[in-house]
Amino acid sequence: MRIKQLIIGLTSAVVAISGFVEIAVADLKFPMLVYRTGAYAPNGIPNADGFVDYYKMINARDGGIGGEKILHPECETGYKTQVGVECYEKNKENAMVFQPMSTGITYQLIPKATNDGVTVYSTGYGRTSAKNGKVFKWIFNAPATYWDGASIAVRHVLKENLGNIKGKTIALVYHNSAYGKEPIRTLEVLAKKHGYKLMLLPVDHPGQEQKATWLNIRKSRPDYVLMWGWGVMNSVAIKSAASIGFPMDKFIGIWWSGSENDVLPSGMGAHGYKSLTFNAPGDNYQVHKDIKKYVFDKGEQSGDGSHFGTVLYNRGLFQAMVQVEAATVAQKIHGTSKITAAMYRDGMENVKLDAKRYQELGFKDFAPAFENTCENHGGSGLAAVQQWDAKAKKWNLITEYMYGDSEVVNKLIAEDSTKYAEEQKLTLRCN
Amino acid sequence: MSVDLLNFIETVLNGLMSGVMYSLVALGFVLIFKASGVFNFAQGVFALFAALTLVGYQTGQVPFAHLINELFGTNYHHWYASMPNFLAIILTMITMIALAWVIERLVLKHLINQEPIILFMATIGLAFVLEGVGDLMWGSNVKVLDVGIPSGGSEWLEQATIGLAPEGSDYYGMYVDVLNVWASVIAVVLVVSLALFSQYTKTGRALRAVADDHQAALSVGISLRTIWVLVWAISGFIAMVAGIMWGTESGVQFSLSLIALKALPVLILGGFTSIPGAIIGGLMIGVGEKLAEIYIGGFFQIGALENWFAYVMALVFLLFRPQGLFGEKIIERV
Repeated sequence: MRIKQLIIGLTSAVVAISGFVEIAVADLKFPMLVYRTGAYAPNGIPNADGFVDYYKMINARDGGIGGEKILHPECETGYKTQVGVECYEKNKENAMVFQPMSTGITYQLIPKATNDGVTVYSTGYGRTSAKNGKVFKWIFNAPATYWDGASIAVRHVLKENLGNIKGKTIALVYHNSAYGKEPIRTLEVLAKKHGYKLMLLPVDHPGQEQKATWLNIRKSRPDYVLMWGWGVMNSVAIKSAASIGFPMDKFIGIWWSGSENDVLPSGMGAHGYKSLTFNAPGDNYQVHKDIKKYVFDKGEQSGDGSHFGTVLYNRGLFQAMVQVEAATVAQKIHGTSKITAAMYRDGMENVKLDAKRYQELGFKDFAPAFENTCENHGGSGLAAVQQWDAKAKKWNLITEYMYGDSEVVNKLIAEDSTKYAEEQKLTLRCN
Repeated sequence: MSVDLLNFIETVLNGLMSGVMYSLVALGFVLIFKASGVFNFAQGVFALFAALTLVGYQTGQVPFAHLINELFGTNYHHWYASMPNFLAIILTMITMIALAWVIERLVLKHLINQEPIILFMATIGLAFVLEGVGDLMWGSNVKVLDVGIPSGGSEWLEQATIGLAPEGSDYYGMYVDVLNVWASVIAVVLVVSLALFSQYTKTGRALRAVADDHQAALSVGISLRTIWVLVWAISGFIAMVAGIMWGTESGVQFSLSLIALKALPVLILGGFTSIPGAIIGGLMIGVGEKLAEIYIGGFFQIGALENWFAYVMALVFLLFRPQGLFGEKIIERV
């Protein structure tokens, strides 16, 4: 009797699991590499919340993408490269796309994902030369790269100085990691072109203590300071700059050094601090209204909902939206809602977000238009400068979205990607 | 005085001030190690937990709000808008004392007479548990901590030193962060208070007796467990002070727990059992790393020496004086 029961039980379990697997395969799996714990959690949490709330809204409002529900399993990386790679290995089966949220992890995943046929989307971070779709078939980094960012920051400095920065000194305070080192090459080339002196000031993880760095800045008095920081490094740098009396309007961070977390601890000292951005601040876009209606009003928001509308939350919304749009495009191209990882890549390569499409998606005026092509996986390269108003506690866009120095950046991208293609013995695409 | 010399003095001064901040963390390690022979790996997390708790009380945050709301479908986040700093600090102190008691009851009591490595491993576990509990209780957001301690460069010092440079030189005056000056004053008060407490009070003498010899202290009727609770509570208080100082400087965020790593070379230099050693070690590390970053790094065009140079100094000390400057030389009979 017991054996009979056992057999029936086992059979039922197998049937149930098979059913589940079938459902799971039909769904669209967007694994999330997150860091909700550890030193970088204050940045990781709002960004991850933006992703989750957007996916939940799409599932609730549209019934998923083309009728296919989005699955978004989370894997905690703690911003550690090795753990990120393990997360990838655990979740790559049937995955559509990975968003590593770390340049270090992205570098590790590039050869793996290329080999496995999985799309990696590093939105405005990761390996800059991955913009070259001829070489990096599976890697995307739209809408802008770090080299775009570096040259846009220099362009802003040039504008403020009527096009002449010869003899000026620009310091780069950077996270001493693959991420922080990314803009150095571009800034060196631009230094030769424009005649400014580049001063490099690395800060070790996590960046809690930067006194010597800022004493150095006080002593050397650079005209501008650019920052490629993340986590506590940003807030300590901004506070230190305020403390030594460095003019905040001459201090410009990359788009990952411009969130509320970075400026709030400095209080009024951060007033006037600038950062680049490729999406607008605020919480009054249609997408926010939809998220309120379909997610928050049902009490299903990620976390306590306190990050709603913040810079990194909005960045998460934007990243998730591009990933969802890629799936929609892929479904249209291949005429099926049940897309594979290879089909998804095709979708990502044909994403075209113009003003009309942004409006349809609830992102009107949220970000500049961009499109991916076979050759260009890095989007438009547009970014604007935003400035912190410490009295009103909000970011204001102070420039139009602008291009970087494409002459310099494209040449560097071609050099770096060609070298990579030769090392990896890759055949160039898009011919 | 030449501008270069003034800059050098400024670097040394700032190094000393940073060193005091490291010493504040190192003091907690020393106290516990002296009294119980335990190297408390969780000391950095103590500082984080204390700072989180202080901000939580200040801002009226409901502890475990996320968990409570998730379980019961409620929407509680704050009890009240704000609490006076003084009251919030007192409540945080009480919480840290309660934490010390809980640690004694749940962890230490069960590990009496175990090998030091077992106790060390227990504190590693404790660090992770406490970090997780802190996250659940107060959330991972960056929190602004303001208890009224001024911060920013001292204008008075700038004005006072601007005339020291040769006429016509482009010199701003000397820079010192006022917050660090406050940290130095507080550290001095802490060390003097601890010295007076251990020299002139009955409990202080009992504490020293336990530090010298557990067995002998037990034989004269000193309660080891009471002393442990006391010592962990004092070290929790010191962690709170360190948490306030570091939290005011960078905001309260989870990377604050990593300041413990800054205390390790301080302890190696100063010795694990000496309170003055923690202070002197901190000062040496602070000055050493700032000079290395600015002068050695500047000369060789390399950066980010600040973090690891402290460990170079510690390693050199280990080679020549493993017990540290003021530590007790441990001689074991075989």
